[in-house]
Amino acid sequence: MLLRGTQVVEDADGVQHTTTRPVSALCRCHRSATKPWCDGTHKLLPDKLRP
Amino acid sequence: MDLPRARGAFGADLFTAMRAGDPTLLDPSAKPEHDEDAAIALWALYELHYRGFDDVDARLEWDADLLRARGALEADLETRLRSRYESPDLPDVASTDFATAFFAFVEEHDGASLAAHVQTRADQAQVLELLRLRSVYHLKETDPTAWVVPRLPARAQASLVELMYDEYGTGDPRRLHAQLFADGLAACGLSADYGAYVDEAPLEVLEQNNAMSLFGLHRRLRGAALGHLAAFEASSSLPSRRLVQGLQRLEMPAAMSRYYAEHVEADAVHEQLAVRTMCGSLVEEQPRLLDDVYFGAFSCLDLEDRLARRLLATWGVAA
Repeated sequence: MLLRGTQVVEDADGVQHTTTRPVSALCRCHRSATKPWCDGTHKLLPDKLRP
Repeated sequence: MDLPRARGAFGADLFTAMRAGDPTLLDPSAKPEHDEDAAIALWALYELHYRGFDDVDARLEWDADLLRARGALEADLETRLRSRYESPDLPDVASTDFATAFFAFVEEHDGASLAAHVQTRADQAQVLELLRLRSVYHLKETDPTAWVVPRLPARAQASLVELMYDEYGTGDPRRLHAQLFADGLAACGLSADYGAYVDEAPLEVLEQNNAMSLFGLHRRLRGAALGHLAAFEASSSLPSRRLVQGLQRLEMPAAMSRYYAEHVEADAVHEQLAVRTMCGSLVEEQPRLLDDVYFGAFSCLDLEDRLARRLLATWGVAA
């Protein structure tokens, strides 16, 4: 999922993360090392675990 | 930057004529001695359109004799790139999701990995060699694709510029990707001067750079330019993370890790933009370009695979 402009994302622990780039990709596979942002980890997952 | 070292008689004559400011000295029937002679000649002719050379008159950028020489070298390069490419079973744009098919194509054509070697086994000398070779492109990162902007329909154009805005630092010159790489080079004790290491570049690096300029400078090849960019972005995020880990393993300067760390997250965004919005809208509006999008993507992945296999062989490592 892509976010444009300045947005604030609240994670499961209630911590708020502000976007730092013009477009940001949100992690949807829940396995990114840079959550809440996507780091491409979904590509390493078997098909059924990919969002 | 001065002209690079010629690698054959063709390039030597060409560079002499360029330095003299007199391309009429060129023999129009002269042919390159071999691929490397051709590749450095073409790289130098393209460079006239980027930063140019201190020892060449800037007016030669649009000299008809040089453009004729460039055209012949480009035709050879395009023929060679196309001869390596086999069209996939192209998905019907109307019925198949372009992005799904494109991402699968990139995964299927994932070749030898320099990042995996750097992550776990490379020594510092190998990493420094890789950084010097990467500098030929990374110090002009995204510049070849900038030529494509005025040649696109609105949706692809907006998407490409959105991606480029990030590549060019979102208005902050210190965040420009080329600048981040320059900072990393300097921290590693290497020259951050544009083009400093082109004389070291093997054929595969010159072909990578020439292919991007070829695709970028010809409106006819705009599909290949965007396909190349999309494949580049879609094969960058995970390898960048491996490179960060390798640089940290070797305790190399943090400034260089920062460049690759930036690309883990940036390219996870850029691949979505490039594949879905940019290429996706282009092939929807101009379906005839679909095969060229894949041609560009294939060329990107294949050229990287060739470079990786070359370097790994030089280093005595199995691909």
